[in-house]
Amino acid sequence: MVRLITHNLLACHVKGCNTNNFPLEFRDVQIELREAEFNPEFLKGFMPKIEWKALVDAARQLGDTSLPLEQPEMLDDDFLKNLHHVLLEIHVEEGIMTCPNCKHDYPVLNGIPNMLLAEHEIG
Amino acid sequence: MIPTPDLSHLTADDYDCVYEPAEDTFLLLDALEADEQELKQLRPRITLEIGSGSGCVSAFIAKILGPSVLYLCTDINPHACRCTLSTGVQNKVALDPINVTFAAPLSLRLKRSVDVILFNPPYVPTIPDEASGAQDARGIAGAWAGGVDGMNVTDVFLERVEDLMSDRGRFYLVAIAENDVPGIQERMLRLHGLQSDIILSRRAGREHLFVLRFVRDLSRVCS
Ligand SMILES: C[S@@+](CC[C@H](N)C(=O)[O-])C[C@H]1O[C@@H](n2cnc3c(N)ncnc32)[C@H](O)[C@@H]1O
Ligand SMILES: [Zn+2]
Repeated sequence: MVRLITHNLLACHVKGCNTNNFPLEFRDVQIELREAEFNPEFLKGFMPKIEWKALVDAARQLGDTSLPLEQPEMLDDDFLKNLHHVLLEIHVEEGIMTCPNCKHDYPVLNGIPNMLLAEHEIG
Repeated sequence: MIPTPDLSHLTADDYDCVYEPAEDTFLLLDALEADEQELKQLRPRITLEIGSGSGCVSAFIAKILGPSVLYLCTDINPHACRCTLSTGVQNKVALDPINVTFAAPLSLRLKRSVDVILFNPPYVPTIPDEASGAQDARGIAGAWAGGVDGMNVTDVFLERVEDLMSDRGRFYLVAIAENDVPGIQERMLRLHGLQSDIILSRRAGREHLFVLRFVRDLSRVCS
């Protein structure tokens, strides 16, 4: 399950690709929605780790527009519920994640991101 | 007592290509269980297991720490990643496997951010070619083939682990006597400022197994 919480932490690691190598762009995705238990503590604790724009953009690529463009200061319940859904309930099952810089394609297979590189691509 | 994770969904076919939990795995579980209170007090946000194999260890720590943590797992073996995912489902914990070597694509975003790192590496001494061949093949031999002193694979990660650890982060590593445990400890302190303790050891057949726990050397963090 590539959830957006994981996607928000993945950067391209091709040798020499170290600027503009995050976030990876989704294409040709199949998504599944799976309910997860709402856990406001977890979300609040995780907020500081999130790259907000990357999260909003990724959610929009997957058709979810519930998050505001700016990270809000007030974390009310409505907002946290949307955040919960975007981070933890949208699962990318199949698809491709492309590096915005070097255009390397990383496939997602059976919900698992394949980030392996060939020997000559490893930094 | 924290129950050992339910692995009844994994079959003999799975264990043809994925490491079946063994004495080394169970020693690591015992070490984590002994640290249960400390681990809870740490209130981790992110744990990362390198080489999660069946997913047994991450499922176990997820039982200790509960749902307020992100459990990232990596493995070079794609079948191991599938087993990790299904072990999460079977044990009702969310494990997020990534098919990759070490933590390569995470290092940019997880700089000094991971609270608990776990690695039960391929630690068996072999000729170097056997270890590099096993790494390339991404199959079952990659679970044990460790090259010179059994350290060729582990050493690569030891170079990078400090950069991932949060200020209060801790890193648990399984090793055997042939790996030269005192040498590992000395190098990690000298080169990376990580101080360590042997928190558990046990003889299992021919193997003398250890679990090491590394933390930042506080005298250096404060100075
Ligand atoms: C000894 S097994 C441990 C499996 C499981 N964690 C356990 O304790 O039962 C080592 C695992 O590390 C994986 N591995 C080997 N080299 C790796 C690397 N460079 N990056 C990530 N995983 C690796 C192997 O595929 C295998 O699943
Ligand atoms: Zn790239």
